[in-house]
Amino acid sequence: MSLGDLWNSVFSFDNYGEILALVQNSVWAGAVLGLLGGLVGTFVVRRDLAFAVHGISELSFAGASFALLVGADVVTGSLVGSIAAALTIGFMGGRARSKNSIIGVLMPFGLGLGILFLSLYQGRSANKFGLLTGQIVAVDTVQLQVLAGAAVAVIAVLVLVWRPLGFASVDPEMARARGVPVRFLGILFMALLGVSVALSIQVVGALLVLALLITPAAAAQKVTAAPVPAVVLSVVFAVVATVGGIMLSLGGRIPISPYVTTLSFLIYAVCAAIAGARRRWGSYGRVLRPAARERTLTRS
Amino acid sequence: MTDDGGAAPLPAPRAGAEPAAPAVALRGASLSFGPRTLWDGLDLDIRPGEFFAVLGPNGSGKTSFLKVLLGLLPLTSGSAEIAGRPAGTAGREIGYIPQQKGFAADVPLRARDLVGLGVDGHRWGVRLSQRAVNKEIDSLIARVGASDYAKVPVGQLSGGELQRLRVAQAVAGNPAVLLCDEPLLALDLNHQHAVSSLIDRQRAETGAAVVFVTHEINPILDYVDRILYLAEGRFRMGTPAEVMRTEVLSELYGSRVEVSKINGRIVVVGLPDAMTHLHHGHAVPQLDQETEEAGA
Repeated sequence: MSLGDLWNSVFSFDNYGEILALVQNSVWAGAVLGLLGGLVGTFVVRRDLAFAVHGISELSFAGASFALLVGADVVTGSLVGSIAAALTIGFMGGRARSKNSIIGVLMPFGLGLGILFLSLYQGRSANKFGLLTGQIVAVDTVQLQVLAGAAVAVIAVLVLVWRPLGFASVDPEMARARGVPVRFLGILFMALLGVSVALSIQVVGALLVLALLITPAAAAQKVTAAPVPAVVLSVVFAVVATVGGIMLSLGGRIPISPYVTTLSFLIYAVCAAIAGARRRWGSYGRVLRPAARERTLTRS
Repeated sequence: MTDDGGAAPLPAPRAGAEPAAPAVALRGASLSFGPRTLWDGLDLDIRPGEFFAVLGPNGSGKTSFLKVLLGLLPLTSGSAEIAGRPAGTAGREIGYIPQQKGFAADVPLRARDLVGLGVDGHRWGVRLSQRAVNKEIDSLIARVGASDYAKVPVGQLSGGELQRLRVAQAVAGNPAVLLCDEPLLALDLNHQHAVSSLIDRQRAETGAAVVFVTHEINPILDYVDRILYLAEGRFRMGTPAEVMRTEVLSELYGSRVEVSKINGRIVVVGLPDAMTHLHHGHAVPQLDQETEEAGA
């Protein structure tokens, strides 16, 4: 394959307007999932749950492939798998360390189950591949509506518990002392995360979920420490990655996920470079008053 | 005891007003882990505006004492109340100042956001009225003298700066009780004084009771009204002058312990071997400080 052919199979903008009209729904769904990923991601990063996201996605994959095998709805199967995994992690893993070992136990089990179901499956092989690498364009209008509805429901719950969940995520000891139901919120968040993972899998597939649920929030955190801008940037990054990825992929013959993950990664790389430059030259917002500082020191 | 000054006065009780309900009340409280009893038959009223210190060696149950008040640990028997409500249900009446513990460098939280968690972090939903909350955060930060680093990410703050902010965070909403869990640990002397005087000022201004768990009495000696000294499954309670005495501590530990006062500091010598980490004076501060930190 020559470089030109390669380019044409990756990027092709023939009849772009017509195709775009056809897949309008998936662009919208991509935007909603981007919004969801950006919001949920800020908590995933603050709660240090990157590994959990990966573990949940493998069990979600097992659920989806079982649904494919028995001819049930794939989105439902994926939801059941990921919520079961998320709640197991939420209930059993109180501390980060025990959490990680439970995830380490669940993950290969889920992946193994998924492979078993897929090898028993006799249908189209594109369906199998889609579970791992994303298939949003193949999802029909009814399913898209379900996806968007579920995403909106998760966002609504998230907004409802926004402040105490943030408190419990960054400063759990203090939150507990103030009467915030830290454990309840932790389990509730795992349930929300389970749903979010199952939905994101429909866009980028089980293997690449991290690009939607971690990378945008981690990138935002690189460039700002203020909570509100961090959330806004995280959402913007995630929406740019999903919608941009879907738009770029339309003409080519390649699944959406490489476009989404690459965009996501590039955004992160730029943010990391900005953070590096700032670390070298910035003052972290500290007001430096040499004279005043000396006075404090000599007084006390 | 308080002759060397420095302590802000107790808020005067209003004439004719009913005596205020105790900020903390324990009745027949005891705590055991299996066969090991940490303390037994503890009856205690801490008045609003009182500075109450809890001392004792590691493992004597002083951290557990705080956990009981926080409602994280049930009593084996007896009852514990905070501001008239059973421990564990009085969230808003409690300001908690934890041990100094740094944040990861990349936590997306600035100093002022940490204080903001104390102001409205417990409320449901999202913050709608930025302005009112910002005003309150600004005044809390000014109160602890942290305005110069209000916008610095918490991961970049020094231990002393962080503890000042912890005080600001804890006093948001004027809680009835300030529970302090070794807040001076791993701070240098200047910051120990600064942080403990901030805590005492809050006590004097709002009438909050302070429960101060520490293994080092000297930085707060000027402020303390009463001490609860826990050791060997027993306890003694009283003013520092009553408790920090050779006879009292010797009886408590069951071995000869010397207490002397040098330059206004209390030095305890001769603690049982297993408790050499406990230093009430600065006889060997450097070494002890290091072991303490390494163990933390």
